[in-house]
Amino acid sequence: MKITGKVIRYGDNVDTDVIIPARYLNTSNPKELAAHCMEDLDPTFVKRVKAGDIMVGGVNFGCGSSREHAPIVIKESGIACVVAKSFARIFYRNAINIGLPIVEFSGEIDEGDKLEIDFDNGVIRNLSKNTQGKFPPFPGFLQKIISKGGLFPAMEELK
Amino acid sequence: MQMTMSQKILAAHAGRKSVSPGELVMANLDLVLGNDITAPVAINEYRKAGASCVFDCKKIALVMDHFTPNKDIKAAEQTKKVREFAAEKKIENFFDVGTVGIEHALLPERGLVVAGDLVIGADSHTCTYGALGAFSTGVGSTDMAVGMAHGKGWFKVPRAMKFNLHGSLPKWVSGKDVILHIIGKIGVDGALYKSMEFSGPGVSSLSMDDRLCICNMAIEAGAKNGIFPVDEKTRKYMSEHSKKTPVEFSADPDADYDEVMDIDLSSLRSTVAFPHLPSNTRTFDNMPVVPIDQVVIGSCTNGRLSDLQVAARILKGRKVNPKVRTIIFPATQKIYLDALRQGLLEIFVEAGAAVSTPTCGPCLGGHMGILAKGERAVATTNRNFVGRMGHPESEVYLASPEVAAASAITGVITDPATL
Repeated sequence: MKITGKVIRYGDNVDTDVIIPARYLNTSNPKELAAHCMEDLDPTFVKRVKAGDIMVGGVNFGCGSSREHAPIVIKESGIACVVAKSFARIFYRNAINIGLPIVEFSGEIDEGDKLEIDFDNGVIRNLSKNTQGKFPPFPGFLQKIISKGGLFPAMEELK
Repeated sequence: MQMTMSQKILAAHAGRKSVSPGELVMANLDLVLGNDITAPVAINEYRKAGASCVFDCKKIALVMDHFTPNKDIKAAEQTKKVREFAAEKKIENFFDVGTVGIEHALLPERGLVVAGDLVIGADSHTCTYGALGAFSTGVGSTDMAVGMAHGKGWFKVPRAMKFNLHGSLPKWVSGKDVILHIIGKIGVDGALYKSMEFSGPGVSSLSMDDRLCICNMAIEAGAKNGIFPVDEKTRKYMSEHSKKTPVEFSADPDADYDEVMDIDLSSLRSTVAFPHLPSNTRTFDNMPVVPIDQVVIGSCTNGRLSDLQVAARILKGRKVNPKVRTIIFPATQKIYLDALRQGLLEIFVEAGAAVSTPTCGPCLGGHMGILAKGERAVATTNRNFVGRMGHPESEVYLASPEVAAASAITGVITDPATL
């Protein structure tokens, strides 16, 4: 799989409370929730995000609550992939379990850059800066979850 | 292969003699937990996957604690969905208004978790039960749904950090100060993906409530779990609360730790985490004057009986500052009743504080104590991220019940030792 998209960039420790504030968690409807994605950090996000954009963060992306609503609203907003220097562990497994592509990568990326991510070969190309870097592929176990489209369908093989 | 305590519990539940850090394993679960925010998403997934029977109706706990008593119509619809699911699947441990308590205070109190258990919960503070010598960790709703259907979960075997505790805590210093001190030292991702294993001669001086509070906030250092060794206090607690049979695990003497940190408990001081990260800690030798608008004493971190007792000791015969809205949340119905019988609730009301039914409420900015723009709260809760207790421009200062009660009286963040 290969995707190309424009970067929306945030800093370190983007927490799940700013990704989707708890005051909106009285529903589990993804569309309703997505109307508030990133609201407390970047009220402009919902207006400017376009399908296929790539969200970029620093270290410890998705820290805080276990709410799966966080990767759900990012996916529902049209974000094709989240790239961060590191992910908080619950966000990491939630993203895999619901099929939101994520990549751990530390290279230099700026707001508005155009990225091409080649998942099969673990290569990320910054088309705006004309640079590229590698990222480690997921272990086979996790690739199975991703290729089956989530944890539930993969369980027949994994359990 | 020398293993940590956490690795041993994982290995035992994966049917393996040993496991290595980094390895991905599928393991059998002793308990699967969800609440009124995360369970509805899990139930959606469960239904979508067409799963029928749950793996074990005794090993699932559904706790309606976050937005209850229902804060609005949508919240009421969410709990209704879970209530119906619980009835349909004959889930024994469904807790609704009247029996409900904050999940991480409730489950140990009800004896649903004991040493050696492997527990997942769709709530990040599920790591609390490590205080009992269990491996417990927060996951998402899909993990919860799969756990309810199959009784299994996937785990990356964690590396570990060891915290070697010595001495005992000074007066007015408690478990909250220990964990805030540690997070202040190692940062909010200092233990990312790792176990935080507590050990050393200082462990025996810590109460079970202190240990539950310390493990509760392991996630705020990014950890997968926090865990204490089992000792006489743990055994006594379990025999008083549970009919389950505990299994005691201990770390091998040569187990591999990425880092060993020595902590002299007697040197610790009251510690406050300033906005907007739990790692942004200060002690009172380096504290500006911070006027406050609200105090919250409660939550899965500090809503236990000993927390209320120490707050009452400080508030007894005093009045809270008229500018400080002080709200006290006993974490469970049993704690509420004990506090009532011990005269603590009377002390709180006479001091001018409000006492609430158990709920997570303000901790996550849900209801029952939301902050307006520019307002500041001292809270015994666990997170002080932007907008956590209300308006994105409000501020939360995390502290012990000792500091919170003292601050309620003076109206500024206050060292309880100076009252």
